[in-house]
This record gives sequence, structure tokens and C-alpha cells, in this order.
Amino acid sequence: MARIVAGIACSHVPAIGVAMDRGMTGTPYWDPLFKGYAAARDWLTKLAPDVAIVVYNDHASAFSLEIIPTFLIGVAESFPIADEGFGPRPVPTVQGHPALAWHLAESLILDEFDMTIANQMPVDHGLTVPLSVTCGQPPAWPFPVIPLCVNVVQYPPPTGARCFKLGRAIRRAVEKFDQDLRIVIYGTGGMSHQLQGERAGLINRQFDTAFLDGMTKDPVALTKITHTEYMREAGSEGIEMVMWHVMRGALDEHVAEVYRHYHVPASNTAAGLMILENRSAA
Amino acid sequence: MTKPHDYDSIPGTYVYDAGRGRIGYSLNMFCMSLNKAENRKIFEEDEAAYLDRFPLTAEQRRCVLERDWLGMLKVGGNIYYTIKIAFCDGLTFQDVAGMMSGVPKEAYAQMMLAGGRSPDGNRYKDPAKCSEQEHG
Repeated sequence: MARIVAGIACSHVPAIGVAMDRGMTGTPYWDPLFKGYAAARDWLTKLAPDVAIVVYNDHASAFSLEIIPTFLIGVAESFPIADEGFGPRPVPTVQGHPALAWHLAESLILDEFDMTIANQMPVDHGLTVPLSVTCGQPPAWPFPVIPLCVNVVQYPPPTGARCFKLGRAIRRAVEKFDQDLRIVIYGTGGMSHQLQGERAGLINRQFDTAFLDGMTKDPVALTKITHTEYMREAGSEGIEMVMWHVMRGALDEHVAEVYRHYHVPASNTAAGLMILENRSAA
Repeated sequence: MTKPHDYDSIPGTYVYDAGRGRIGYSLNMFCMSLNKAENRKIFEEDEAAYLDRFPLTAEQRRCVLERDWLGMLKVGGNIYYTIKIAFCDGLTFQDVAGMMSGVPKEAYAQMMLAGGRSPDGNRYKDPAKCSEQEHG
């Protein structure tokens, strides 16, 4: 049986990728952020998962406004790195896991989550930055990845509660897969940030701290945060945090927080990283 | 017409909702075309001629040509799309955020280093409600 052993919440600021790609991680600006990533990399190396499911959003890279899938799963053998307007990031192509991805697509749809299925799609910083943050700069990513996209660009994104339920369904589906796989699930995006308008630059440390605490203490309460509350309190782009609920919903009811790192600023954003382990995980 | 939204009370924020999606489609699809290196080159060589390929309003055109970042949001631009114009100019998200919020580059960078723009006083357009915190 396949099972989910841990969850990683991770912001996916493009500038973090740029800092790594250009060798700037040791500068006074970036050093405090990157120092906090070392422990997460060590933890992930030790965990050595067989597959990662990465919940993220596309930022006008694979999908334009032509077609806007609310939930989408990538079933391809591999996913090229997108050109987001300044050339593709110099990181390895992402290898998929078609057998598990197709199993998830079928199971989720029959479990009443109407997934869009992508046989071909490039992946952008939303997916690659969390991989870079947690895996460093290897010549190839250490595990296959199943991309799971959530629309958060065109309002409204799915609700936090819906995302949490999708996480539950992912877990049910994973546990019906007949290969013995240890899976880690990433919830990416956030934390507080606003990239647009006269209010750009908004950061809310108090909100973010409560959100991080709630991930272990009472994740179901967090799913009741409304879209307007996210935007008012955590900035218009802070609404990305709904994607963390997919990850959290896929984990046990009780989880252990094994690591947390929070740093302001990464460009315009409060960068958060959190590792949660299932209590039942061996 | 659709009813006002509760998020309309948030100051300085342009939620990319159905209303903006209806007016912003062509503007954002022009921006999307800049994901291709060959299109970036053509745009940089003759911006006005390249824009002729897209059914933009006069105001959308003006905003693009004059790099009126805030103006683009008001005519349906979405920041994840309009930023692609900024990338052509060698600008970053932080550069554009400073310009949209009317804060000089250095002062904006300092504000972020000092912990960012506080939500206090920035939650509601109505100053009387500004210190109230939203409860979910």
C-alpha cells in the first residue's frame, strides 16, 4: 500500500529561485532565509520519499485565461520547465509518476473531485521553487513529482474547506494504490503578501503565525477562513494559502510539527516553511 | 449587474474577479504572449505595432505604452500577467510594487526589510473601521 508520510508547506516566491539560480544565497539579504532551509533539506534527504505530490498554482505559464482549471493533476512522464517571461529556470526537468498520477485522477473523479487531467504541461516557479528550497541544486530531482494545480489567479479560488476535502480524498486514493510507496505532499504558496495595487507590500506576521500554529492545533478551524479574510488580513496574494489545506487534509488528524522557518522579506513576501509528520508514519 | 462584494471594502486592492476578467481578457492575453522569447523580441522592437495584434481599448494601450502599472490594474490587468511586461523592461516584482503603491524604490525596499506594510490602518477603505480585524 502507498501512504503519505509527511507534508511540507512552503512559499514559492520567484525571487527565491532567482537567488539560487544566480548564486546569491549567501548575500546579506538572502542568507537569513536560506540558513533556515538547511534543516529542511537534511530532513528530506533522510526521509528519502519515493514520490512527491506538489500542490501549487500556475502563474500564467502553462495556463492562460483561455482555460482556467480549478483543480488539475499532471499525469505526464515528465514536465518541462516553463518560460515565465524571462527564460526558463536552469533546473532539471521534473519527472512524473504516471502510474500513481493516473490512479489518483481516476480515484479522485470517482470520489466526486472533478479533476482536469494534463498530459502535457510545463511547470513554473510555483512548483520548482519549493523543490529547490527543499532539495537544493541537484543534477536531477531526487524523486518523481505529481503536479497538482489549484487556480488562485482568477477569483474565486476553491475554498479552504474544499481544498482540505481534496486532501482527504488524495489520501484515500493513495491508500488504494497497490505499490509500496512512501509519499510526501507539498502545499505551496503564501504566506502573507500583496503584489498589486496601492496596498502592495502588505505583510501580516500575526496572521501568519496563527496560521502556522493552526496547522497542528486546529487545521479544521483554519479551513473556515473566508477568501475576503485572507485578502484583507494576508494580502490579495495571501489567498494562495488555501493550497496548504490540500496538504494538511492529506495528513493524519494529529501530526507532529518537526520544523518551522519564517522570514520577512523574500522580495514582497513572508516566506514560510513547515514540516509536518504523520504520527503513524514509521 | 452583480452586487458589491465584501472585498470591495479592502483599500488599494484590485481583485481579479469576474468583472475584471470580462474587461481584462485581451490585455492579459497580450501579456501572456510575452512568455515566448520571439514575441518579446518583436514587442521590444516596435511596441505599438505589436499591440495592434490585440483588441485592446485605447486606455489599455496607453497604460501598456506608458507603463502605468496601477492603471493597468484598473482596466482589467492581472498582476501575474502584467508583470511579464515588467520582465521585458528588466524590472522585478518589487520594483513594480513600489511604483504601484507610490513608494520610491529604496523606501519600498526599506519598508519590506522592516517587516512590510502593516495591515493596521490598511484593512478597510473606511478609516473608522481600519483597526478592526476580520474574524473567520
